[in-house]
Amino acid sequence: MKIKLWGVRGSITTTGPETAYYGGNTSCVDVWEDGCLLVLDGGSGIQKLVVNNELATKRIDVLLTHLHLDHIQGLGFFKPLFDPSMDVHIWGPASSTRTLHSRLSRYLSPPLFPVLIRDLPCKLTLHEVENSRFTIGPFTIQSNYVIHPGPTVGYRVTGRQSTFAFIPDHEPALGKNGIIKNNRWLSGFDLAAGADLLLHDAQYTEQEYSNKKGWGHSSMEDAGLFASMAGVKRVLFAHHDPSRTDIQLDDIFTSFQEKTSYPFNYQLAREGMEIILDKL
Amino acid sequence: MPAYEIEIILNRQLADCLSIPVFITDTKGNLIYYNEPAEEIFGKRFEETGEMPVEQWSTMFKPVDENGIVISPAELPLVQTLQNATPHHKTFWIESLQGKNQKISVTSYPIIGRTGTMSGAVAIFWKSTDE
Repeated sequence: MKIKLWGVRGSITTTGPETAYYGGNTSCVDVWEDGCLLVLDGGSGIQKLVVNNELATKRIDVLLTHLHLDHIQGLGFFKPLFDPSMDVHIWGPASSTRTLHSRLSRYLSPPLFPVLIRDLPCKLTLHEVENSRFTIGPFTIQSNYVIHPGPTVGYRVTGRQSTFAFIPDHEPALGKNGIIKNNRWLSGFDLAAGADLLLHDAQYTEQEYSNKKGWGHSSMEDAGLFASMAGVKRVLFAHHDPSRTDIQLDDIFTSFQEKTSYPFNYQLAREGMEIILDKL
Repeated sequence: MPAYEIEIILNRQLADCLSIPVFITDTKGNLIYYNEPAEEIFGKRFEETGEMPVEQWSTMFKPVDENGIVISPAELPLVQTLQNATPHHKTFWIESLQGKNQKISVTSYPIIGRTGTMSGAVAIFWKSTDE
């Protein structure tokens, strides 16, 4: 399984030399195996995915965790959607009252976007996910609702030899006393349990999180605790706060490393990072 | 063992913030959480008991009506909620830990998440100030 990060910034794109190292594009990751391509989230990073990849497949599956703008804003600029030869499948959560098509149409329609979903030239298929399990090519995929405002899922992608858990927006600590230290009471646990790689929300410092409970995101400390409880092998902290410069991210992460010790590798997610997961 | 649905987890986190007694069950009626105010009614601490099978915890209350006649389980709000997945409310008496009957009101509601499937139920106990 080959993974590439095309966007790891949270909330809104950032540009400029001060964010060039970790990157300013919002959530997008691709996963390749056996010529099959999954795209996780359609943030602004998805635009570069097409530019830099010569697609070896005519089918692309885009798995959306949720429909907040920083996770879909790149869709309107995703070239395969405008290519009649492409077979594009978009997977994502509906709400209690609106279909995925209806929810996506709020963005992919005027006045926010000039082209309607029904006018996209590709062969487009929408799939609604909830607490679901399905297969795409060599991948077995599990989606589960996780704690974040609005219908939001995380994905567990299992290939032939390895498992990648993708939970970019997640607040498992929402509550009076934070994370309940019991796996049965841990949002997202089933997605991440024993994964070879976890990409997880870590937008805030512990101090910042105390003033932002309920916003749907995690502190690095909570992300680390979540990963520990889930028994993952490696973690990428993502959804970097848009106000952070590269220097600030490095400083925060260095301080975090000095006071933490986990039995797994953990680092900051960086746009352009490529990872090969080759064994269970 | 798989984790609970997030609507169950969020109900527990909410209950943990409330000053009113809250009991949370799974769809079979097994008690999977009760908060600190509920511990006072129950006479036990969640940290000590953990989750409790329905057969065990349902016999710990002795609900009676205003005439002292025992109320059958089928008439209790939580049981009705578990049976038909709708909210219920009832006022009755239970024997307190001090051996004195206490008037309480119970409101129960089903936990039905976005999937449309009921994953459990919540019972809120309101202590009546009436004697």
